[in-house]
Amino acid sequence: MSAVLQVEGLHKDFGGVRAVVDVSFAVDAGELLALIGPNGAGKSTCFNMLNGQLAPDSGIARLGGRDILGMSPRAIWKLGVGRTFQITATFASLSVRENVQMALYSHAGKLGSLLQRFGAAFTVEADALLDQVGMLEQATRLCGVLAYGDLKRVELAMALANQPRLLLMDEPTAGMAPRERVALMELVARLARARQIAVLFTEHDMDVVFSQADRIVVLDRGRLIAGGKPDEVKANVNVRDVYLGGMA
Amino acid sequence: MSLPSILIQLLNGLASASSLFLVSAGLSLIFGVTRIVNFAHGSLYMLGLYGAYSLIEALGRTPLGFWSAVILAALVVGLVGVAIEVLVLRRIYRAPELFQLLATFAVVLVIKDVALFAWGPEDLVGPRAPGFGSVEILGKRIPAYDLLLIAIGPVVLGVMRLLLKRTRWGALVRAATQDREMVGALGVDQARLFTSVFFVGAVLAGLGGALQIPREPANLDLDLAVIADAFVVTVVGGLGSLGGAFLAAILIALAKAFCIGIGTVHLFGTEIVFSKLTLVVEFVIMGVVLVLRPYGLRGKKPATPRTSGEIAPALTSPRWQVAACWMVLFLVVPLLGDRYVVVLLTDIACFALFAASLHFIMGPAGMVSFGHAAYFGLGAYAAALLFKRAGLPMEAALLLAPFCAGLFAVVYGWFCVRLSGVYLAMLTLAFAQISWSIVFQWDSFTDGSNGIVGIWPSAWLSDKSVYYYMTLALCGIGIVFLWRVLFSPFGYVLRAGRDSPLRAEALGIDVRSFQWAAFVLAGMLAGLAGAAFAFSKGSISPSSVSIGQSTDGLVMVLLGGVETLTGPVVGAALFTWLRDELARDTQSWRAVLGLVILLIVLLFPQGLVGGLKALIGRWREARA
Repeated sequence: MSAVLQVEGLHKDFGGVRAVVDVSFAVDAGELLALIGPNGAGKSTCFNMLNGQLAPDSGIARLGGRDILGMSPRAIWKLGVGRTFQITATFASLSVRENVQMALYSHAGKLGSLLQRFGAAFTVEADALLDQVGMLEQATRLCGVLAYGDLKRVELAMALANQPRLLLMDEPTAGMAPRERVALMELVARLARARQIAVLFTEHDMDVVFSQADRIVVLDRGRLIAGGKPDEVKANVNVRDVYLGGMA
Repeated sequence: MSLPSILIQLLNGLASASSLFLVSAGLSLIFGVTRIVNFAHGSLYMLGLYGAYSLIEALGRTPLGFWSAVILAALVVGLVGVAIEVLVLRRIYRAPELFQLLATFAVVLVIKDVALFAWGPEDLVGPRAPGFGSVEILGKRIPAYDLLLIAIGPVVLGVMRLLLKRTRWGALVRAATQDREMVGALGVDQARLFTSVFFVGAVLAGLGGALQIPREPANLDLDLAVIADAFVVTVVGGLGSLGGAFLAAILIALAKAFCIGIGTVHLFGTEIVFSKLTLVVEFVIMGVVLVLRPYGLRGKKPATPRTSGEIAPALTSPRWQVAACWMVLFLVVPLLGDRYVVVLLTDIACFALFAASLHFIMGPAGMVSFGHAAYFGLGAYAAALLFKRAGLPMEAALLLAPFCAGLFAVVYGWFCVRLSGVYLAMLTLAFAQISWSIVFQWDSFTDGSNGIVGIWPSAWLSDKSVYYYMTLALCGIGIVFLWRVLFSPFGYVLRAGRDSPLRAEALGIDVRSFQWAAFVLAGMLAGLAGAAFAFSKGSISPSSVSIGQSTDGLVMVLLGGVETLTGPVVGAALFTWLRDELARDTQSWRAVLGLVILLIVLLFPQGLVGGLKALIGRWREARA
């Protein structure tokens, strides 16, 4: 199977600090790849280069034959990449359904109209997405009043609206209760497998990582030090060193 | 033009720069810590001048009397600043930032009338600084006092730096400027910190004013003129940066000095009067700086607040019953009232559209404009010029004017949507001021300060009532159109872009383009309002493009409430009516208006319509 996202030789310096050094990996369709590492390892920097927030110094990230590095977030979305943020970003003054509809309208290129009423179209599609993430009952509530875990679900629904090939999830379960975390990632795994979406995510919670990820890559001080199936990574000496320091 | 004459202008400019720096430093300090844009800072400067004048009269024109008067005046102004903070602002720190702006603007109105009452309408020329003669430089005589002023700027900068670096108070100010929430979380008494910052900021403004008494007469127009200059300086320098403010004050003073020094130049057969550019040059500098360095020369990108602040409520469309009541009121009242009522209602219709167009970009699109009068005024001028200079029929001029205003909005908006928050607001102000100066100074085309007269509607509209119904129809259609757009996909995108630009971009939405389009749409409708207004009055003057007109619009929107659709219309009606009533009955209508605004701000922090809605909601809950 060919990879949906193929990252090669990703590199970024901040001043004299080498934040990301020659990182390469690939994500396949229907696969959950976890990018882990201690604080400051370069996970967020990697992520921000892939989602268009940050320009890399060098490297290639091929998505369906095109290099997405250096593209704007807008262009990357149009190539079929959905995103969720470390700190949720939704439209607070819009209802849950309207948030998802916004993504659907944008996908269909129907945002320019001045006189149509927003919300008349794509209700069925929006509700179907909300149903999948378990947020249909709260469709009419404003995003501004939702609990944090629910916002994460709305974000997921929005990210799925453009039928993405790739989902980029930066700390998808940060700020959630432990039980919610596993539930959310199980949901992501189910959707990813059913729709053949490649998922790249970062995560601090090792329970979530080792129970949900198909493969794991480990960063330390900007370098890739290990990669493979959860069991292989667990057994890796380098990884133990990084996480347990001199104690191991 | 000779070297000595440029030098004179240069020194003259630098002497003004010192005072400008003092005011701007105060403004910047207050904004940094409290996040309040203090519109009343120019008024404090004005009070400094008046205060120094009176105190010198009382203490005698001796060196001792003069300097005690200057320092006393500054301290008294400092106490006025404390009073503003304690009596007004402290009560509304939790209200939306825009409400604090409205409150400080009400203070401007009150102070203006207090000054009028205390010192009268005449310009007061202060004494020369006793003990200061003149110095000869390159064969020209220069007042020694100017040289002293030039030195005071850097001295104050040094003192302020020391205060900020070496004292506990300074550390708190710096910390709060960087992260206000954290300072609060660490248990610092914010109320005391804010009061002290207001005191210091006001003293700086008062000192800046008092020091100018030998150089410029105290007059009542200083408040808005100085605040505009101080805005420019703080924004060019970078909000919160004292060094930046100093740099910007000098840069602008120098540019002005050179414009005066160069005078009239003949270039390629056309005559360019550089001295006329002094009104524009600072705003041009600001425009250029903001486009090249969006956070000013020395400013940093502001830290994104941890919480997004209060969440904007969802928009609800006005109920048709409410809209119908309004319509009946607007249709029937003129039949019952006299000519005066018809004229007032015509004004209200024009201002309602003006306010609704401002609300459109301010509320749902989240772009606060301090210079919306640009489009109102340019629309009015476009109508007048198309009618008088191009000889178009009145109807054609009225309908083409919005497109002229829209054209300006295309150009100005392109720059403005690249910024956000206070910086965006300041840039809109800059463009409005540029427009104003052009209108004001281009005598041969716009008739300058006199304005254009004799622009009357066609015969079939010459009856005041008929013209009123036409205006009502045009403005009503405009307002309903704006409401409709707010519920369209386009309007939702504006709200989405305001709520979370990050998410909007990640959904493939080009937020900036939508904001630009919204800017142009709002500009066109403001232009329509201006054109209708011009023909209703038969004349138009530069004041329709002025800061005063822009702030009127802001007050209308905020008075009614930003988060409701009917708010701007109610605000426009109330403001126009109140101003009219008060101006007829009392000399000090500004003060009364200011106090009414303060009262409303303190009682209804969500605006009148928002407040009423909340009250009705509570009443319903109590009944249920």
